[in-house]
Amino acid sequence: MFDLDVWQEILDTLRKNKLRTALTGFSVAWGILMLVVLLGSGQGLAHGVEYGFRDDATNSVFIRSGQTSTPYHGMPPGRFVQFTNEDYSSIKDGVAGVEHITSRFFIPGNLTVAYGRETSSYNVRSVHPDHRFLEKTIITEGRFINDTDIGEFRKVAVIGDRIKAQLFKGQAAIGEYIRVNGIPFRVVGVFTDEGGENESETLYLPISTAQRTFNGANRVGMMMLTVGDASVEQSKAITAGLRERIAARHSFDPDDQRAVTIYNAVVEFQRFMGLMSGIRLFVWVIGIGTLLAGVVGVSNIMMIAVKERTKEIGIRKALGATPWSVMRLVLQEAVLVTSVAGYFGLVAGVGVLQLMAHAIQGSDFFRNPEVNLGVAVSATVLLVVAGAIAGFIPARRAAAVRPVEALRDE
Amino acid sequence: MGTSAASTHTTGNGKAAMLRMSGLHKSYAMGANTLHVLKGIDLDIGSGELVSIMGASGSGKSTLLNVVGLLDNYDAGEYVLDGQLVKNLSETRAAILRGQLLGFIFQSFNLIAFKTALENVAMPLYYRGVRRGERMRRAAEYLDRVGLADWAGHLPRELSGGQQQRVAIARALISEPKVILADEPTGALDSQTSLEVMDVLRGINAGGVTMIIVTHEREIAALTQRVIRLRDGLIETDGRG
Repeated sequence: MFDLDVWQEILDTLRKNKLRTALTGFSVAWGILMLVVLLGSGQGLAHGVEYGFRDDATNSVFIRSGQTSTPYHGMPPGRFVQFTNEDYSSIKDGVAGVEHITSRFFIPGNLTVAYGRETSSYNVRSVHPDHRFLEKTIITEGRFINDTDIGEFRKVAVIGDRIKAQLFKGQAAIGEYIRVNGIPFRVVGVFTDEGGENESETLYLPISTAQRTFNGANRVGMMMLTVGDASVEQSKAITAGLRERIAARHSFDPDDQRAVTIYNAVVEFQRFMGLMSGIRLFVWVIGIGTLLAGVVGVSNIMMIAVKERTKEIGIRKALGATPWSVMRLVLQEAVLVTSVAGYFGLVAGVGVLQLMAHAIQGSDFFRNPEVNLGVAVSATVLLVVAGAIAGFIPARRAAAVRPVEALRDE
Repeated sequence: MGTSAASTHTTGNGKAAMLRMSGLHKSYAMGANTLHVLKGIDLDIGSGELVSIMGASGSGKSTLLNVVGLLDNYDAGEYVLDGQLVKNLSETRAAILRGQLLGFIFQSFNLIAFKTALENVAMPLYYRGVRRGERMRRAAEYLDRVGLADWAGHLPRELSGGQQQRVAIARALISEPKVILADEPTGALDSQTSLEVMDVLRGINAGGVTMIIVTHEREIAALTQRVIRLRDGLIETDGRG
């Protein structure tokens, strides 16, 4: 029930004790400020990590070849492992749990890409059709590379939207021929990618065409695949299977970690998510600890206030104040101070986060620190509860004041 | 000040009983010992009486006043206030009864330091649930009655001792109590001011309010109709003024 008189009484008291009110309020505002800044920063870190994963499938597995480091079946260490199209087929057809798979062939030497009189240097990737699932390539015009391109060794290319903008200057690109190291390829698609400028300045060719055109024979640089919605354990089983199969095909020790490197994004992503929830928990613990310190401060100051006001409370009781009305006076004062101060802390905290966001724009591991509505609401609820807790013990002490003792003249 | 037909209790001089005590005992626990302060008080005070209670320090007069004022419980005996037996009251109930029946005046005035004279006077009505506007209007009226209308906006520290005590008297009166309990009301005042305050109190009593004054000054006691002397927790003499 809202009783104007009660609030008037409390505001009167607070106004008459400005310093005390300000100090009490400050400790709570500070606690909430820290909580908000910490929570927002935790959120910023989480955003940063998500940003890092934004343009790659989080269920991808990358397989890179290396050099053997242990002798195996009489063969010396130091042999280079070279993937081929047969490795690709063997994995595609023979390993369960593989959802999409592509290999990449790295075209040796410097590559120039030209259209008409425009010439520039771009990333050129020769891939299988499934590659678009791994890089989250978004087709905006035409199509991506397909199986027919691979089968028929078609000289086609799919270009990033920045390449289109730079070479074609707003003209239609589909059906036009661009020259890669002087060899003409027909543009069949344009794509965009959330990975930023570098990804949008990439050009995709069918791997079979590239191998044939740029002296690649059947060599493959690396293989990339996705594992569907496999769990961490399942993905580990799949990578173990991959390693064994490749080791058998290339005759090296399956335990030789240097012969092939397998990066498992499921495990990495899981690790980051674990780290994030750890950080989030840590932040809440610290934040609540800080807030708790504020609450203890409020409780302490209210305790002193009650002690100071023992006589006043005694007078009020002699004049007909019931214990409950005395208790309510103290409780409401505590709740009012914590809520108002806490609100200021909340606003200040959001302000600090804005400043932080502004100051560290463009950092890859810390982005958009923010507090969402849920956090703000929980912080507010926390505040009122904290206020009530802070006020409770002093309020009970106040209600227990014996007028006889309070009014005794000494 | 006539007799009241409503009450069956009467005092010796025929007045209706406002408060009546019989065989009242009170002791305090002092660590391991108990201090027996009131050792069987029998007392009748009629409606509209002006009584003073005297006694040396330690005689139990303050304790008696606390029990009379419902500020403290008692251990044995009976205490009937305005026709109701008050025994083992809850604090809440005691507070409500205090607000309805009793007004307090203290030696050190006990005004709330950060409230103006007007707000101090209005305080008891706040606990009676009277709305703010009405409260302030009546407080101004009572402040005028003790001659301090011009001082309404002043804080207690800006008033003289006599003025503060008059504010306290107005505060005691505003809830229209049946009994006013004054604990050494002139103890902190010079003799001239003391007499002025006593004039005010006598005037209030003349209006029909029962008045009990605890004092150790003979001159003050001499201004009351009946003097009760306490000694070692018992009534020593109970003389008419």
